[in-house]
Amino acid sequence: MADANNHKQQPDNDGQDHLIGPGHDIRSIDDSIGGIVLEQRHPASWLFAFAVGSALFMVFLTSTAYLILKGVGIWGINIPVAWGWAIINFVWWVGIGHAGTLISAILLLFHQDWRTSINRFAEAMTLFAVACASLFPLLHLGRPWLFYFIMPYPNTMGMWPQFRSPLAWDVFAVNTYATVSALFWYVGLVPDLATMRDRAKNRITQVACGIASLGWRGSARHWFRYEMAYLLLAGLATPLVVSVHSIVSYDFAVSLIPGWHTTVFPPYFVAGAVFSGFAMVMTLMIPIRKLYGLEDFITMRHINNMAKITLATGLIVAYGYSMEFFVGWYSGHEEEQFMLMNRVTGYYWYVFAALILCNVLTTQLLWFRSIRQNLVALFIISIIINIGMWLERYLIVITSLHADFLPSSWGTYHGTIWDWTLYIGTIGFFVVLLLVFIRFLPMISMFEMKHLHHKLQHKAKH
Amino acid sequence: MPQIFPKTANMLAHMSIVGAVLAFVIFVSVLAIIYRSPYVTQVNVVREQPIPFSHQHHVEQLGIDCRYCHDTVETSGFAGMPSSETCMTCHSQIWTDQPMLQPVVQSYENEQPIEWIRVHDLPDFAYFDHSIHVQKGISCVECHGRVDQMPLVRKTETLHMSWCLECHRTPEEFIRPREHVFTMDWTPEPGEDRYAMGEALVQEYNIRKEQLTNCSICHR
Repeated sequence: MADANNHKQQPDNDGQDHLIGPGHDIRSIDDSIGGIVLEQRHPASWLFAFAVGSALFMVFLTSTAYLILKGVGIWGINIPVAWGWAIINFVWWVGIGHAGTLISAILLLFHQDWRTSINRFAEAMTLFAVACASLFPLLHLGRPWLFYFIMPYPNTMGMWPQFRSPLAWDVFAVNTYATVSALFWYVGLVPDLATMRDRAKNRITQVACGIASLGWRGSARHWFRYEMAYLLLAGLATPLVVSVHSIVSYDFAVSLIPGWHTTVFPPYFVAGAVFSGFAMVMTLMIPIRKLYGLEDFITMRHINNMAKITLATGLIVAYGYSMEFFVGWYSGHEEEQFMLMNRVTGYYWYVFAALILCNVLTTQLLWFRSIRQNLVALFIISIIINIGMWLERYLIVITSLHADFLPSSWGTYHGTIWDWTLYIGTIGFFVVLLLVFIRFLPMISMFEMKHLHHKLQHKAKH
Repeated sequence: MPQIFPKTANMLAHMSIVGAVLAFVIFVSVLAIIYRSPYVTQVNVVREQPIPFSHQHHVEQLGIDCRYCHDTVETSGFAGMPSSETCMTCHSQIWTDQPMLQPVVQSYENEQPIEWIRVHDLPDFAYFDHSIHVQKGISCVECHGRVDQMPLVRKTETLHMSWCLECHRTPEEFIRPREHVFTMDWTPEPGEDRYAMGEALVQEYNIRKEQLTNCSICHR
């Protein structure tokens, strides 16, 4: 415990500079994180949240069943707006996933120690967000069971997929992303699963964790191989942070529609993805750390850093908006200029106004340290950003399509009740997956926390 | 602490790596094989018809032209099925008392068409027109096989899209002079290069190969 006391001597005003709260040792880290799962210490609000999530998941199932019965005509899509909520929600969900990969891979390679307590959770969020995202293009097919047509397999049609289409690239991008994310998450879980296996009291947990931990014994050779594998996966995942959302943006940028055909899209989409992802991590982390009493592991320093990244990426997004207008003006392209004016002052002006309010103005509050330290304010801001990023995709998809080159085929678009139910339903799906995850797996990486604890103590001694 | 797993678990763990890959490969292969098997494609499977009509007898032995019965094949998308009156041109005179032929007689008397079972059934999303194929020198044989040698008619081709595309991509390999479209046993003259002849015919019949693989040629 002497070591723990050393730890206490670090600066201690409001826990600012802590990565781990005071008074912890190796055993207490295992107890506080692994114990949640092994002893099933869940607050009553878990059940409440699960009930709400399941109810929304039922909404999803109903909506999907009716969709398959009736076809995509139940949505608001038609000519000229043939892409509606499905693509908006797809981009929104994929974007949210990006924070997980950024935290796990890029921050690992940059030796950012503060990633340790949030990476596991953020990666799980990535996986579930990608699962939700992939539902939308799948259901938009109309016949989801024929999804494998997009795969290049030796079929009886004598055809390959259209490799010149960004929609085909999308399939590969998202599949690669899901695979690498799942592997990264699972490999990172292995040592913790072994800890759970060793600490478990009941037979079922022992066997389940035993199988999942792949015979991990924590030998030096195991650790050596683990470190190498994890580093390689981080290297693989790093380009994915950039590539996946770039390719998603090609869905628009490769087309010829004013408002879509823009070179700024890939970087601006990636920044937007990280922006919305960090906002979502905060939306989820702030209540969970409170309910599970994890303030010692997800400290104010973590929150502060996440808020800073949100601010930085938010500014890139705002820059992207301004560049769209600058390029529209600079191009001298009549259609482009009309489209931009139509966005601001046209039929959907209120979406644009709400977007600027949510994504540009609200984000500026994060300049203030007092706001970054105020959990309630951060929670509300993070939700506003999530809404703002949804509105951004709405604006891009709808306003570009509803009034393009041919005035005779202009029209308006609104989501129907089934667009709403499917979207809200996937949020339920996401919540259910997340709650199941925190019920059965340690939501913070125990062994990395122990390693970090050791490192910090070592530093403190010298 | 006692061990959770017996020693054999190690072997199982190793095997599961190979096993998972193998299971996936086998699963996909089995599906692919079933999909291409006669069970699904119905190739060479004889379907029971109201009357066991023999094309071999009528075409080869009696020398009746395809167009005598399938009389709209040159002018319409549908090749045409003979009405009972067509059958009765001969069968009002010969074999009239055969029990085998009773459905024709009854159909003729009751003015109810015979319900033949379709052997070559394209899906509804594929547009197919007999007349254009016949006009451009694609013989019956290319798709239906040697019907003149079939006592009971059956499919000889899968009708898979890849099979359609085979000809739509390289029509010169399958085309023949128009006048031989209905000649069941036609072969090029000895010493004649079929491929060179095919290329010449593609030119002569104004077949635009680059259009033949447009989606909307078949999916309208």
